[in-house]
Amino acid sequence: MDAIIKPTGLRTGSTLTEIVRVNGLRKVYEGKQRVVAVDGIDLAVREGELYGLLGPNGAGKTTTISVCTTRVLPSAGSVCLDGVDVVASPALARRSMGIVPQYNTLDRACTVYENIFFHCLYFGFSRNDARERTAQLLEQFHLSDRASAYPAQLSGGLAQRLQIARAISHRPRVLFLDEPSAGLDPQSRIAMWDAVRALRDEGITVVLTTHYMEEADALCDRVAIVDHGKILVEDTPAALKSSVGAQKIYALELDNYEDAPQLAGQIRELQGVFEVEPTPTGLRIFAGSADGLLPEIVRASNPYGLRDLTVTETTLETVFIRLTGRDLRE
Amino acid sequence: MPTMEQELVRSPSAAPRNAQSPRRMQYARAFLGLFLRDLYVLRRESIPFLIRVCMNPLLFLFVFTYIMPHMSDGAALNPTASMGGANFSTVLLPGLMAVAIMFSGIAAVALPLAQEFGITREIDDRVMCPLPVSAVAIEKICFSSVQSAIAAAIVAPLAYYVPATPVYAHVANWPFLLTVLILASLTAGALGLFIGTTVKPQQIGLIFGTVVMPITFLGCVYYPWAMLDRMPVLQHAVLVNPIVYMSEGLRAALTPNTPHMNTALVLVMLTFYLFLLTALGIRGFRRRVIG
Repeated sequence: MDAIIKPTGLRTGSTLTEIVRVNGLRKVYEGKQRVVAVDGIDLAVREGELYGLLGPNGAGKTTTISVCTTRVLPSAGSVCLDGVDVVASPALARRSMGIVPQYNTLDRACTVYENIFFHCLYFGFSRNDARERTAQLLEQFHLSDRASAYPAQLSGGLAQRLQIARAISHRPRVLFLDEPSAGLDPQSRIAMWDAVRALRDEGITVVLTTHYMEEADALCDRVAIVDHGKILVEDTPAALKSSVGAQKIYALELDNYEDAPQLAGQIRELQGVFEVEPTPTGLRIFAGSADGLLPEIVRASNPYGLRDLTVTETTLETVFIRLTGRDLRE
Repeated sequence: MPTMEQELVRSPSAAPRNAQSPRRMQYARAFLGLFLRDLYVLRRESIPFLIRVCMNPLLFLFVFTYIMPHMSDGAALNPTASMGGANFSTVLLPGLMAVAIMFSGIAAVALPLAQEFGITREIDDRVMCPLPVSAVAIEKICFSSVQSAIAAAIVAPLAYYVPATPVYAHVANWPFLLTVLILASLTAGALGLFIGTTVKPQQIGLIFGTVVMPITFLGCVYYPWAMLDRMPVLQHAVLVNPIVYMSEGLRAALTPNTPHMNTALVLVMLTFYLFLLTALGIRGFRRRVIG
């Protein structure tokens, strides 16, 4: 098989082509307890993009990705990947995609080297091409010195890296990463982020799911926030954050929180405050980045028994809270 | 004939990603890749494989056809007393080969599948290969049949040379023997696929007691089917057991002087079970891997 050479730098201007197109996707698990996992998702991923599905556990992210990667049949709707209908022609569609699932699916009976080598053979590489590609990927993912180790001997971070290397070994056009940082220590997570960014620079489109808003923020060009099987909103992380209209969030904890509505009235009058909403233990204040607001808030809330105050920058989590009224972790 | 110009126009789009290569070729290469991987792993694990294949028949032969005939009061205990004109050692040769074939199918497909479906989910990697899911299941059957054939080839000389009493075997019809061997090996793989996809992974340990032992002991392994004629109910009941046709087929091919089942019936029934178990196994496999 000829080596497949992908042009790099596909993200040029506005003439980007769609590579993944999901239309009206629904997945209902019938049974004693009927579960609607995906409830009408439409999305389009452009070539060369790093696209994220952000949402809490059980939002339907994994099911969406599983349908895209031919492992789950949809109840309704369609998925088109690189011009191929994944439901009608799954075997053909699999050539254009790589997948790193949440759990470790490495071949336990084969070494690190063989995991990639045989994967290349499955995708029609000649033995020579497969050997070359394996050596190159082991080098790229810093796994060369572990080439003869078995998956059981690898740490979580290394196993994850090997899974990514294997998933892209047949040079897919789209790589799906399902919760790539689940179970990784912070250091391995940063290393994984670097690896994923490098893939995008190679021109591979990446679709990932995550429930870590930092991850979506740090990695993705565009993010869709998913909850209860539906996309709530979709945009670039910067645009999503600015849609909240505030740059800072002040969370107050009050001893006399039953008087919070009264305090809320006072704080709303302050310059730079956009919105105030009650929380179970106090107030949440959405504000601009005006200087001098903090002392004013403290002064106003002291008579109500201010116990604690946290100030955070607007994050994607804020966006999620604004849309659903809940925390991502709840 | 396409003109040179047409060729030139077509080739740039055809070259990258091999997009124009025929689909059958893509499937064949993926299938071959899976097969090579399995062969490679088997070669590395050849010692455990040999132990697994040899231990059961070796002990069986040693106890029943070597120790017992040598005992002081051997005649009373001697299971090698004549059986339909053939001695026990002669009856055992095809029987133990059938067990080895059947057991390899279970060990090569059902047990690994339980692991791949259960704890490791390794199956997801195989299922993501660029070929239809049913072909992944068929590859498992084919590879298992190779193991079964090797197992049969290992057990045959053991069953011939270990017994203290002579084994009367001769092959009159090689094509028939090969056909039976291939059909039996494939059917064993299909049986393994069926069991592996039907039984819950957590309960796979139970199949030895509930499936493997009964089909072995009631599979005409240790006695020819014709000798069940005094127990007509049993003689008819065991006909649902595919192992019966493996044992009887090998009996007809290897020890034709022992009473054995009609050879045409054996071939028909083995083919029937091969298709039935393959179809059920593929259905179960698809159900397990595609949500």
